[in-house]
Amino acid sequence: MSVYAYAVGGALVLIGGVGIARSRNLVHAVGCLFISQSGTYVFLLAVGYQKGGSAPVFGSTTPPSTQVADPVVQSLTLTDVVVSATVTALLLALAIQIDKTHGTVDPDELTSLEG
Amino acid sequence: MSRTLRWWVLGAGLAGVGLAFLLAVVDLPSFGSVLHPSRDLAVPAAVQHGTANVVASVTFDQRGLDTLVEETILFGSVVAVAALLRPAEDERLQRERGSRPPLEATRLFGYLLLPLTLVVGLDLVAHGHVTPGGGFQGGIMLATGLHLLYVAGRYRSLEELRPLPLFETAEAVGTAAFVAMGFAGLAVAGSFLANFLPFGAFGQLLSAGTVPLLNVAVGIAVGSGGVVLLAQFFRQVFLVTEDADEHVDEKGAARP
Amino acid sequence: MTVLIGIALTLVLAGGVVVVFTDDPQRQAVTLSVYGLLMTVLFLLLAAPDVALSQVVVGTAIVPLMVMLTIRKMRGNR
Repeated sequence: MSVYAYAVGGALVLIGGVGIARSRNLVHAVGCLFISQSGTYVFLLAVGYQKGGSAPVFGSTTPPSTQVADPVVQSLTLTDVVVSATVTALLLALAIQIDKTHGTVDPDELTSLEG
Repeated sequence: MSRTLRWWVLGAGLAGVGLAFLLAVVDLPSFGSVLHPSRDLAVPAAVQHGTANVVASVTFDQRGLDTLVEETILFGSVVAVAALLRPAEDERLQRERGSRPPLEATRLFGYLLLPLTLVVGLDLVAHGHVTPGGGFQGGIMLATGLHLLYVAGRYRSLEELRPLPLFETAEAVGTAAFVAMGFAGLAVAGSFLANFLPFGAFGQLLSAGTVPLLNVAVGIAVGSGGVVLLAQFFRQVFLVTEDADEHVDEKGAARP
Repeated sequence: MTVLIGIALTLVLAGGVVVVFTDDPQRQAVTLSVYGLLMTVLFLLLAAPDVALSQVVVGTAIVPLMVMLTIRKMRGNR
């Protein structure tokens, strides 16, 4: 269990890589890239987890203490989730333009570097 | 490079990376350990600044410059998508051709959930420094909630209630407000993005200094950016090429 | 609690494999949506409610919506 969480994060990144490599459609490749990114989120949050610790938010029922999950990795991950959605949008826009100019989105047929 | 050779190269790469990753991971502190040096420094600093949500304190107060750069990436991506998907000279918008109206149950569901989602989004933005939430989460929830109009109704209802120039201006205003707060911190307290407003009582709405204001700025920027982004994709679906029978592709063959 | 996290991790891994091996992009949008929901549950179990909030909106709604709009545009081009 001590290594399983980190191993799942790394495995998701590699599975996303396999998906991109065997993909026949650029939109499918963008979905596999999403899986790779989510693998890094799982890894980051697994590094920050504390057994028996709660969320790093204090209130009237949870007095401030230091036995909580790591807030720094959570801050990194949450901004990254939103920003990567817009970068995914950029990749999909590129795929739309490629389909308009070349008529295909199969990576095996897009061998030339024309715009 | 043939396809089988490509698979062998991929397999060798995956095996190498996987092995290196496993060798590195067994040296990490075990999952759920008590060894978190960054947390031991971040939590007391957040409590000192009167912020109940430590993640919001790290995002906007202790690592505010990092968040500013992320917001710039978001802004740049939205501008790039708008530039890539702008209508070409030979394309024009075609009216939504005979689509079936949605089911009555879908319409009821959408119209009930629309105000609820908008209110929850506003609440997440406003209370981001006290409860889990914040500008990023609330903003993107506002942007998605607005599109329930498209799911429950027609594209035309969404178009009428979504004046695009207003949202484009709002995104720029949100990003500029973040930078302006940074310069205000520089002018008042001597460092960029310093937390110069009074910290207030722990857990109250008016606490944590500049964090609620930065939350609102980010909420406006992310929400408007999300609406503009989705609008580009929606407009592309209804775009039609003018001279459809004369369109040729790169190989010189005419396409229908 | 650790058993729950182990189950959630295994479900996320299985979900990832399903998404990668779904070849039709339109079907992949639906599996991406379910995968986003599984990730949200995992993030909640890992004591990260802030991250779970942004993941549920992005992974369940925004990315599948953009993928389906892209597919519809490409189908309209044919």
